[in-house]
Amino acid sequence: MRELVCIVCPRGCHMKADDDLNVSGNLCPRGAAYAKAELTHPTRVVTSTVRLTGGTYPRCPVKTSAPIPKDRVADLMAALNGVEAAAPVHVGDVLVKDILSTGADLVVTREITEA
Amino acid sequence: MYDLIVVGGGPAGLAAAVSAWDSGLRSILIVERDRELGGILNQCIHNGFGLTYFKEELTGPEYAHRFVELLGKTGVEVRTDTMVLDVTPDRKVHMTGPATGYRIEEARSVILAMGCRERTRGAIGTPGTRPAGVLTAGAAQRYVNVEGFMPGRRVVILGSGDIGLIMARRMTLEGARVLACVEVMPYSGGLTRNIVQCLEDFGIPLYLSHTVTDIRGDRRVEQVVVSRVDERRRPIPGTEMVFDCDTLLLSVGLIPETELNTRAGIELDPRTKGAVVYENMETSLPGVFTCGNVTHVHDLVDFVTQESQRAGAAAAKYVLGGAAAGEAIPLENGDAVSYTVPQRVRPGNVEKAVDVFFRVNRICGRSEIVVTAGERRLAAFKRDRLAPGEMEHITLPKALITGVTGAVTVSVKEAG
Amino acid sequence: MIDVLIIGCGVTGAATAMELSRCRLNVAVLERENDVALGATRANSAIVHAGYDPKPGTLMAKLNVRGCARTAELCGKLDVPYQNCGSLVLAFSEEEVGTLHTLLDRGVRNGVPGLEILSGEEARRREPHLSEAVLAALWAPTAGIVSPWELCLAMAETAVRNGAALHLETAVTGLERVGEGWLVHTTRGDFAARYVVNAAGVDSALIHDMAAPHEFDIKPSRGEYYILDKAEGKRVSAVIFQCPSERGKGVLVGPTVHGNLIVGPNAEASAPHDTATTAEGLDFVKRTAMLSVPDLNFGQSIRNFAGVRANSGREDFVIGFKAPGFLDLAAICSPGLTSASAIGEYAAELLKNDGLPMEEKPDFILERRRTRFKDLTPEERAALVAREPAYGRVICRCETVTEGEILESLRSPIPPRTVDGVKRRVNAGMGRCQGGFCGPRVVDILAREYGVTPDAIEQDKAGSRILVGKTKEAGADV
Repeated sequence: MRELVCIVCPRGCHMKADDDLNVSGNLCPRGAAYAKAELTHPTRVVTSTVRLTGGTYPRCPVKTSAPIPKDRVADLMAALNGVEAAAPVHVGDVLVKDILSTGADLVVTREITEA
Repeated sequence: MYDLIVVGGGPAGLAAAVSAWDSGLRSILIVERDRELGGILNQCIHNGFGLTYFKEELTGPEYAHRFVELLGKTGVEVRTDTMVLDVTPDRKVHMTGPATGYRIEEARSVILAMGCRERTRGAIGTPGTRPAGVLTAGAAQRYVNVEGFMPGRRVVILGSGDIGLIMARRMTLEGARVLACVEVMPYSGGLTRNIVQCLEDFGIPLYLSHTVTDIRGDRRVEQVVVSRVDERRRPIPGTEMVFDCDTLLLSVGLIPETELNTRAGIELDPRTKGAVVYENMETSLPGVFTCGNVTHVHDLVDFVTQESQRAGAAAAKYVLGGAAAGEAIPLENGDAVSYTVPQRVRPGNVEKAVDVFFRVNRICGRSEIVVTAGERRLAAFKRDRLAPGEMEHITLPKALITGVTGAVTVSVKEAG
Repeated sequence: MIDVLIIGCGVTGAATAMELSRCRLNVAVLERENDVALGATRANSAIVHAGYDPKPGTLMAKLNVRGCARTAELCGKLDVPYQNCGSLVLAFSEEEVGTLHTLLDRGVRNGVPGLEILSGEEARRREPHLSEAVLAALWAPTAGIVSPWELCLAMAETAVRNGAALHLETAVTGLERVGEGWLVHTTRGDFAARYVVNAAGVDSALIHDMAAPHEFDIKPSRGEYYILDKAEGKRVSAVIFQCPSERGKGVLVGPTVHGNLIVGPNAEASAPHDTATTAEGLDFVKRTAMLSVPDLNFGQSIRNFAGVRANSGREDFVIGFKAPGFLDLAAICSPGLTSASAIGEYAAELLKNDGLPMEEKPDFILERRRTRFKDLTPEERAALVAREPAYGRVICRCETVTEGEILESLRSPIPPRTVDGVKRRVNAGMGRCQGGFCGPRVVDILAREYGVTPDAIEQDKAGSRILVGKTKEAGADV
């Protein structure tokens, strides 16, 4: 039996999962899905920044469009050091498609105009 | 003369303005001190916003952007890089900005949405030297996420508020070593999921019932000393742990930024540290409304949005339909409740029901939230768990409070 | 050849430099830190004492009473925040009532005007928040409060404006008598001067010993303070002292010229530059202050700090020529801030009597003005912002300080180099959020104006970098 706290929403359900991945304590189906994923192949959405040229700010916030395997987070952070965007950028702009072959895109999360 | 001036273009001000427009006001001005709309959300680049309101997971800037887009479809006027310095009781709004100049604009209604600020080292009285490297988590967040600078490499975080937890993860991802998160209370001040995904994911220890008892280093932080505290939050001698670090981030609470309220003579609630409000988010000054973190500190922006929409609609109703009337019932804090918002309800001004937000002052397990008027029990709501770090809310139907004389009390009774 | 070289640019050195800059003299001031006023001058009670404490007949008594009047006058001319709020010394026992009479007697002999002993009721009428236990109080109408660092800055700026040279980050390492003058060795080379003035504060004994036989020791005494929010700023209207003891003037509660409340200090032996606060010290200050004003709300604390006084154990300052051409202005403990302007005048007189030719300059400027946006009327603000838009951008929300004021300070005779330097000049970061909001913006402005990157900007003294590097600066690993 494993205990875990759901991170899907701010409610933070305290859940239990048995060896057959039967989940209890979750208040919604997303909790069960999270628990199963967390115990088999944990993933996280990563948010960070990349360098931005020509903008009103020197950095541009980004996220992975989908959760990526938790054990690839460090690789992703290293890869971001090599990404540079140019202003203007818009929410949803894809900077890198299928980054590190994770299936997730690296997308811009803020509107930043040219300086 | 504007129908409405909204002070602050963060999530509260944006939602309030859009809602006031949708409720029929056509001459609305938002005054924002920053260069852009969005407020603090612009530096909150992590995700987790919008699950309640948009039913999807957004980052802070994305959440703000949704409302900026909605605003773009209205005729609301916006002045950025402009700070409001005074709101007078007769709703003259003094503002200044490089492009705006110094101006005094009049308004039929005003919504105060200035947000909050972080408690500082001075407020908690941490002893020691005063070197560089001691900063609030929010200031660090701005440096890292917006300006692209690292405020330190070896970090201790005092306080387990959400911004501190989020910054533990951010600094770690950016290559810093976060040595510890230290919380004086026996429970975390932040959301449980942030403890999991920001501390536990990275193996950062959380020391509950501990505090920082000394800061060392002449020019830049060199060490901090952490001690265990007793149940009265006094450090226990002999429990000191010394951390070699160059940075101490503070995440020790947020306080509504009520400078304008005070100058306008608006009644404040010493518990929320924001304005005392009626059911429609109106302050003690008729026609002046308030919403968001300047009213009480929220943990989820989704609730800020909903509260601000109510304030916006109420301002419109005030301008178009006249002042709210009727006697007000005070809402009082019973057992384990540290505050309620609103603090006063005019049943005559309630349409169908009134939402009451509150926090508990200790962790409660399986509980009943009980609403009483004198000896009379009006309603009860069941909860599995309540924590001070998580705002609670109940809905009181109009019929329930109509005819009540005297105060209504909200209490939490833990199942024995 | 420098005529007079002053070591130390705290309030004593600055006052002396200003007085000497009236005359056709080559004056230089050496300061080891990156700004003026960084020693005891910036961390003290910020009070202009009336002058009933010092022993009659001492130089301290004379300079305190003269300084009290002179400071008030100078602050008007140099646009330094000052308020003549008066002070009360409280007595809680018959013995302490006796002390009040001793102080009254001393004050009269020192020439302090207007002293008066009030009953407990009279004192509480003036100050409704005073303790019921107060039996009597000594009222001193000439006492006041001042911005200590701005007083120092104003005098130092006046000296520089009138031709004195200020050398920052220049620490004295040795003094050598050469011919009719001194060769002053520093971390930035040697300076030759006819006269050397020792205004080195807590290090004044070290400097003295470089030039003259050992005569006195500095026994540094640390005092810790609370600053409370403006919400508490009107708790008292005058400075409230307790009866002095051998440990000092006791814990005081007073308004500040910035609208806050100051509470402190204690007195503990310390290392010369140890300005750390301690839990015990702060707790003592809190408990002791509440004897005077029981309803003080320490929940409104916005900052704690500590300062180190240059005590020598003597009942007087150490002032005078101790070697040919070497003038001590040493052991300037409390009431040093009050006395500073008078010490400067007296130092000039001593130098003149020693034969330094003092020919007054006809074009000496004793005037200084700075813009304080917050204090302007709406009409004045509108006109100013229309003329210079930078005055329309508020950088510090708590204290309503504009970008224009910061830029103005950067064009002043002693421009700030650091975030705290800006704070001391324009108050940005002094309010309840303690620079949480404006700190990063001040860093940006300093970086822009000095043409450096933000991570080069320091908080305070040299070595107090705020930022340690950029994000995303490592090359891609993948």
